[in-house]
Amino acid sequence: MAKLAGPMEIYPLLPGTNCKICGEANCMAFAAKMAEHTVKLTDCTPLYEEEKYAKNRAKLEELLRPPVREVVIGTGEKTVAIGGKLVLYRHDLRYTNPTAFFIDIADNLDAEAFEKRVKAIEDWTYVYIGQGLRLDGVALRCVSKDPQTFANAAKKLIGLTDWPIMLCSLDAKLLSAAATAIADKRPLLYAATVDTWSELGKIAAKHDLPIVAYAPNNLSDLASLATTLQAMGVHDIVLDPGTLSRSALGTTVDNFNQLRRAATIADNEQVGYPLLCTPISVWADYKEGDAPELTKWDEVLTAAAMIVRYADIIVLHSLDMWTNLPLTFLRSNLYTDPVKPVSVQPGLIKFGDAGPDSPVMYTTNFALTYFTVESDIKQGNVDAWLLVIDTEGMSVQSAVAGRKLTAEKVAEAIQEYGLGEKVNHRIIISPGMAARISGETEEASGWTVKVGPRDSSGIPKYLQKELWKEE
Amino acid sequence: MTDEERKSNLDEMFGEFAELVLENVTIELDELRLSLQPMIQQVAAQVAKPALSMPTSLIPAKFTPPFGEYTSKIHEVTIGATKNEGGTRSKTLTIGGHKAPAWDLFQAPPKHLPIIAADVFDMKISLAKVVKNHYEEVLEDPAEWAKLCVNKYGADAITLHLISTDRQLKDTSPNEAAKTIEEVLQAVKVPVLIGSAGDPGKDGPVLAKAAEVCEGERTLLCSATVDVYEPIAEAAKKYNQVVLSWTSLDINQQKELNRRLIDWLKPEQIVIDPTTAALGYGLEYAFTIMQRMRLAGLLGDSELQYPISSGTTNAWAAREAWLKDPALGPRELRGPIWESVTALALLLAGNDLFMMMHPAAIKTVHDLIDWMKERKPVKSEDYPDWTSMALPEGV
Ligand code: SF4
Repeated sequence: MAKLAGPMEIYPLLPGTNCKICGEANCMAFAAKMAEHTVKLTDCTPLYEEEKYAKNRAKLEELLRPPVREVVIGTGEKTVAIGGKLVLYRHDLRYTNPTAFFIDIADNLDAEAFEKRVKAIEDWTYVYIGQGLRLDGVALRCVSKDPQTFANAAKKLIGLTDWPIMLCSLDAKLLSAAATAIADKRPLLYAATVDTWSELGKIAAKHDLPIVAYAPNNLSDLASLATTLQAMGVHDIVLDPGTLSRSALGTTVDNFNQLRRAATIADNEQVGYPLLCTPISVWADYKEGDAPELTKWDEVLTAAAMIVRYADIIVLHSLDMWTNLPLTFLRSNLYTDPVKPVSVQPGLIKFGDAGPDSPVMYTTNFALTYFTVESDIKQGNVDAWLLVIDTEGMSVQSAVAGRKLTAEKVAEAIQEYGLGEKVNHRIIISPGMAARISGETEEASGWTVKVGPRDSSGIPKYLQKELWKEE
Repeated sequence: MTDEERKSNLDEMFGEFAELVLENVTIELDELRLSLQPMIQQVAAQVAKPALSMPTSLIPAKFTPPFGEYTSKIHEVTIGATKNEGGTRSKTLTIGGHKAPAWDLFQAPPKHLPIIAADVFDMKISLAKVVKNHYEEVLEDPAEWAKLCVNKYGADAITLHLISTDRQLKDTSPNEAAKTIEEVLQAVKVPVLIGSAGDPGKDGPVLAKAAEVCEGERTLLCSATVDVYEPIAEAAKKYNQVVLSWTSLDINQQKELNRRLIDWLKPEQIVIDPTTAALGYGLEYAFTIMQRMRLAGLLGDSELQYPISSGTTNAWAAREAWLKDPALGPRELRGPIWESVTALALLLAGNDLFMMMHPAAIKTVHDLIDWMKERKPVKSEDYPDWTSMALPEGV
């Protein structure tokens, strides 16, 4: 991988006053965190306020610039940043700026349908381990082929939403019309091609807008477009090598892969920009009367493959829960910081007003298991105790199979956390997936083990019905 | 040469780029030239005039594919044996052999394409409703179950899970389990892999017996773990079988177990499984471990140069895959797409053998492998203009 700047390269360029304004103990500590990119250079405010540091600041900015530049779309509160990637593989450090999901809307929809779709895009959400999964932006497509309609739709759109917008047309005249109409909202322009770069590059440079360079299946043309746009004074460039699915999915995967490897491993600055993928392209094969589910299925697969293979922004047509849930989950998983601990502290957790007669459950200290169980218990709104057992950060199923969750461990934890003093009864509810060890656990601990639901989503009902008290 | 002189010199040569470069790095001029080389070649000719004069034609560029250097390759492992090789299967399956990161087609396409083994259980088990629907008729007949997977759902192989041997379930004896193995071997001609129950007290004898009854068939014994590996490795050695080395999301443990197994086995007798966690429930750990194992293997770590297997059916542990909740959309689609996306992520991480269940997911992963196996000679006209298509709304 391309070498990221280390603390010893960063440190000499910092002010060296150890003033602690950044919140770190000294400049060296800040340099160490900066090397990991867990702090921002702007946190060292003296660097920006005092003229004498200007030169070093510029050097630092260059030194710390990620191999994939960051591009910001939109204005105000609801901007979305894409790219800014530091590494090729998430295990090399971590991925920054989760893939942005832009959902399309046609410029020729009637007013009601238009409004409805914008609202549907904004409202799409799902709660996943305490965080609300959401979509990120709206991609306005020029289906009307009329500059006035397109520009008007763009204006209408900014009246309806403050979300980031992408304007989509391969016709330079059409795109220019809409771009000029809402330039102050900093939309992402799609797209400049080998035929239209001159006209669109000028508009992007003039209004300082981010723009996509599009050269289907031609990486040299793409590098050439990016270099040219850069020379024209365009700062924010996004690359689209084209998206084909089905039998050409391998070509798409390979093109994205080559571009990202070149930027991160081979230091090829010409392609050091965010990558855009258009799973929506699969709809070109859709024929009226076909079951749309099959096309949606392809759209999910294409998007999933490209979220894994480095797409920084994707354009989708489907808005269903079953299509976008797996995609937002996948994004969330891959963009999790790999150094984030796999486990939580073992111990005894009290929910609500748990007292001596409240039920006692146990689970493992795998972070995902714990947070899922925690949110399920809270949903049930029942007073309860939860014993979190140290399984070295393994889920129930894996821990039982891998002998990290054993009867002895449960018995020890009951002792260690003084469960006997907290409750009057001697009943403990085991996860359904740990049924295998329930007999042994009764022997080892002297407590009665009730086997709870196999999935923790069954906990609220299980507790509310007081099933654990049954003989 | 002072900075000022150097700057004006470079200005002459490269226009505005010199400024950019000099401001930000302090290196010798020669080094600078060298590091600028790629940029210069394309830019120097074009940007003779300084500052922002608009280019009148595209600045040409040549993209160089970013090849890596890989010193080693992943071992090739063959499962199943035909009559010529002393078995009774109609075909064999070979996995691994890769020389580059997964699906880096420009470097090297996969040496052997990944394969799918369908899960079959030797007793009725609880399954998600939308999976069960496809197996309702055969849940108590492993031989028929295996046939269905091969003939109708197109599985490349079968994994027969002998879960009834679990002491807490039916405690079936190794000898009785062997009969089921024989039935399934009779029923289908594809390679049959054997899975144990995950009962530490029984797995050793059950898999040892399986190795014996499968003599000549070159089966995969699933699995050896850090707790139970000796009897399995020994039997695999004696009867020339392959062993699945299974660990729990821990790359060091995986290396450790492989190191122990190699005392009995040859490298082409080992497949590794770092545990598959479901999409949304730890998939990233499995993804990253697989990716790291493949890269480490290619870069020379002999303890990780094995093909990789995934218990992809674990995808169904995610409640979002099976919950009956109209707000989440039809589970008939949600379930199999969950298994498919879990598989797809691991496919891209470098997995070689998928153990799966839902027929739609099995078909999807077969399709994906076929779609991704090579670069197609597509032209720019083949890319549709998605920006102007009329699309159905609200479907
Ligand atoms: S704010 Fe800047 S100068 Fe002050 S301690 Fe932090 S890094 Fe050093």
